[in-house]
Amino acid sequence: MRILLFLWLTLTAASSATALEPFELSTFCPPALRLDETGHCKLHSQYLAYDSLYGKGVGGPKTGLPPVRDGFTPQQIDLGRYLFFDPLLSQNGEVACSTCHDPALGLSDGKRLSIGVQGTEIARSAPSLWNVAFLQKLLWDGSKKSLEAQLQGPLYADNEMGNDPVTLLATLQSNAAYAAMFKAAFEEDSLTLDQVYTALVAFESSLISLNSRYDLYAHGVHDALNPQEKQGLNVFRSFVARCAECHTPPLFSNQQIAVLGVPERNGRPLDPGAGASSGDTSQRGGFKVPSLRNVALTAPYMHAGNFDSLREAAAFYTGGRGHAVPEGEDLRLHWHIWNPELTDDELDRLVDFLHTLTDQAFLPEIPNQLPSGLPPGRAARLAPEGKTALHRHSNNNTQSAAQTAAPLAAQLRAQPKALP
Amino acid sequence: MTISQPTFLLSPLSHFGFKTLAILLACAMSNSYAAVHDVREGDSIQAAVEAAAPGDIIQVHPGLYRETVYVDKDDITLRGVVEDGEWPNLEGDKQLNDAILYSGNGFTVEWFKITNYKGNAIMGQAGNNFSIRNNWVVDTGVYGIFPEFGENGLIENNVLSGIEDAAIYVGMSDYIDVRNNRVFDNVAGIEIENSRHALVEGNIAHNNTGGILVFITPGLPIKTSFDAIVRRNTIINNNTPNFAIPGSLVAGIPSGTGMLILAGDDVIVEDNIITGNNTAGIIVTSQDFATDVAGDPDSDPNPDRVQIRDNVMFDNGNDPATEVKALMLTQFSTTGPDILAYKGAAHADRESCISRKSAYRTFGLGDWGDCNSPTVRAADAVDSAPALAGTTRAVNTKMLAEPAAPRVITVDADGAKLVYQGICAGCHTYNVRMIGPPVMAIKAQYGEDASAIAQYIAAPEKKRPDFPTMPPQNHLSEDMRLEVAKYMLTLNK
Repeated sequence: MRILLFLWLTLTAASSATALEPFELSTFCPPALRLDETGHCKLHSQYLAYDSLYGKGVGGPKTGLPPVRDGFTPQQIDLGRYLFFDPLLSQNGEVACSTCHDPALGLSDGKRLSIGVQGTEIARSAPSLWNVAFLQKLLWDGSKKSLEAQLQGPLYADNEMGNDPVTLLATLQSNAAYAAMFKAAFEEDSLTLDQVYTALVAFESSLISLNSRYDLYAHGVHDALNPQEKQGLNVFRSFVARCAECHTPPLFSNQQIAVLGVPERNGRPLDPGAGASSGDTSQRGGFKVPSLRNVALTAPYMHAGNFDSLREAAAFYTGGRGHAVPEGEDLRLHWHIWNPELTDDELDRLVDFLHTLTDQAFLPEIPNQLPSGLPPGRAARLAPEGKTALHRHSNNNTQSAAQTAAPLAAQLRAQPKALP
Repeated sequence: MTISQPTFLLSPLSHFGFKTLAILLACAMSNSYAAVHDVREGDSIQAAVEAAAPGDIIQVHPGLYRETVYVDKDDITLRGVVEDGEWPNLEGDKQLNDAILYSGNGFTVEWFKITNYKGNAIMGQAGNNFSIRNNWVVDTGVYGIFPEFGENGLIENNVLSGIEDAAIYVGMSDYIDVRNNRVFDNVAGIEIENSRHALVEGNIAHNNTGGILVFITPGLPIKTSFDAIVRRNTIINNNTPNFAIPGSLVAGIPSGTGMLILAGDDVIVEDNIITGNNTAGIIVTSQDFATDVAGDPDSDPNPDRVQIRDNVMFDNGNDPATEVKALMLTQFSTTGPDILAYKGAAHADRESCISRKSAYRTFGLGDWGDCNSPTVRAADAVDSAPALAGTTRAVNTKMLAEPAAPRVITVDADGAKLVYQGICAGCHTYNVRMIGPPVMAIKAQYGEDASAIAQYIAAPEKKRPDFPTMPPQNHLSEDMRLEVAKYMLTLNK
């Protein structure tokens, strides 16, 4: 009885606080982080017990992580969360960061190519934001070296969020709720663009996924994977399939540029990728190796949704070196691209293993209300005929994605297949 | 199961193995109850690995074993028992990918015959303090022995042939000794790639396409390769036509290459016998030697501070590859050189040197310094042995005096915090309902009773209708469960 009363009091207190002060910033760190003595949120993970050569965060199961972006305050992170979901940040109030990085779709948007303001198609797909705190290179072509540099791209690109720095700053400054929230989070006199970027980075770097069933296996709980998944792990790290050579644990990316020669869809011309942005033509067709964490949630795959399923993406690597390179292209394909002649069974086991990297326990909460009064940005779903259909969720059901995802994750974590 | 005697003392240790022995002794002392698991033909080696605890020895008796053995725990020894010339033979039938995969620290594998796999005989992923020795490897596909991301390892007395890339491939690793191995009929004999602090000594590399390689490959996450000593090896007749898979990095190695230093820095080549290699004895070159690899702005393409000291070299270059032949024609010669510095390697800025240059037929070494100069000799000088100045003979090993630190989580408040964050926090947050109930609700239920929580999590039962049953945490020791429970009760945010 005492317990029930306690819980009831707590919950009532929490909900009434929300109703009275809708935009009071959280004083709690998101669950992947812990508040340190100085009031900053720092990553805590069992991986911190492990080292890695030169701190690069590449190796095997018990290998440490690459350097992490953390150390923001709970208030900055929470402010970033509101900004992240708020379409106010776009030129026409229709597109938020979360429109292309939707918690219900693995922090991506489920599309081959993302859609920006006024329905413009963007040249590439939206990468998942899980674990961006560990990335030293951002974007598919690896051309941005910090989250701050990266996020200004979509904010101000005509075909993405279409805003400009002057308008964005003026919009936020003239919003009384945001003005108060920035003051609370940064304790400075004026609201600046740097604060906007910092808050967004603070939120994005709280999106941590390191508690999958694979991670339990890596930490020594060998029953966490069933025999098929262990077979898949061994195919994954074998030098025949060579997946782990570039998708290196613990992040499942070595953060390098690799030229694979994947086919473009629908006769689109070859995307030069890093070859264009780096100025090094030998990298033509090269893209940053993406992390495979939560990859089962982020179909379609590759830089332009080139493959619809994990099975298809995996099978690409058995097609033979250069099998999809357009005629007349002389790409410097990565040396690990060969024909491993994987059997159908091995491909199935690979897909089984990739599903063990799913962990959305720390899915962020979607705000019920935003300071702008706009509904939070959500990814438009693909209509059954395969065309994009824009429809918005109303305010009162925006929580549903986070709420439905948790039991799914619980199911995945609590009941590995074929566990006794 | 028997209590182990320190039987490893009986296994042959080379003259240089003293430090390894010391490490093994240290391990044995901390695991005085190590068990020996005997595996005989018809049994599964993997089943024994799964039954083994850290410190245990798995003894595999002669016979055929068709499996992939993977070891993701620490301090496991896989030891073959050879009787009357009969070996335990891991056979891949060209169907299985790898014979042995390991990621645990302190892994030892010895006395196995490994044949006909598709990927590797022995592949390591981030295991430190490993020993791979006395194995006999025939045609295991792409690589023979391939430790990657490892620190402090020994590769000794192995015999490998028929590998379509590198027979012994040290990738992105540190503090590695490669000693007294015999590698032949492979595309590459021994390759040190993007690795530091390596001693390659006393090996015989013959009849490969290329004998011994020190590379910086672009596009890898660890960008450097430096401090390698290649010493007292016999590198002869490496004239096998290149049979690498097209597109692989070694597919461009010209047949007839004794040694190839591609972009590797601070490489000392000393006291080797390098003869009968038809293209060149030693080629020192930069990354543009390989023309089909994408560039990497973070990778230094040039080999710096290469030192080629006294080596016995003759009879090299008898039938050079086309590109080298064209170079030599500019010197009015049709035979390849003993030593070729090519592309960026020839430049004085590389600060490379050679001893007794006039003894060899060379190309491109005009701007190289003399390794016998006082500065180089001073760098090697050892107070107690002045006669060794100008040689590396005072260096016995590149392995660490103390093993690399184990990756263990201690049973104390710090360890408990990590376990909590690594496992518990996946489902429990302080104040928000996630997969499991919030910590504040748990605290309300248990008060200060950490031991009740510790007991519950060993074998949880369904308690709350709207939450899934918690998975058991009996993989944690009783002490750790209690520490974690105590830690959970300290949370207040």
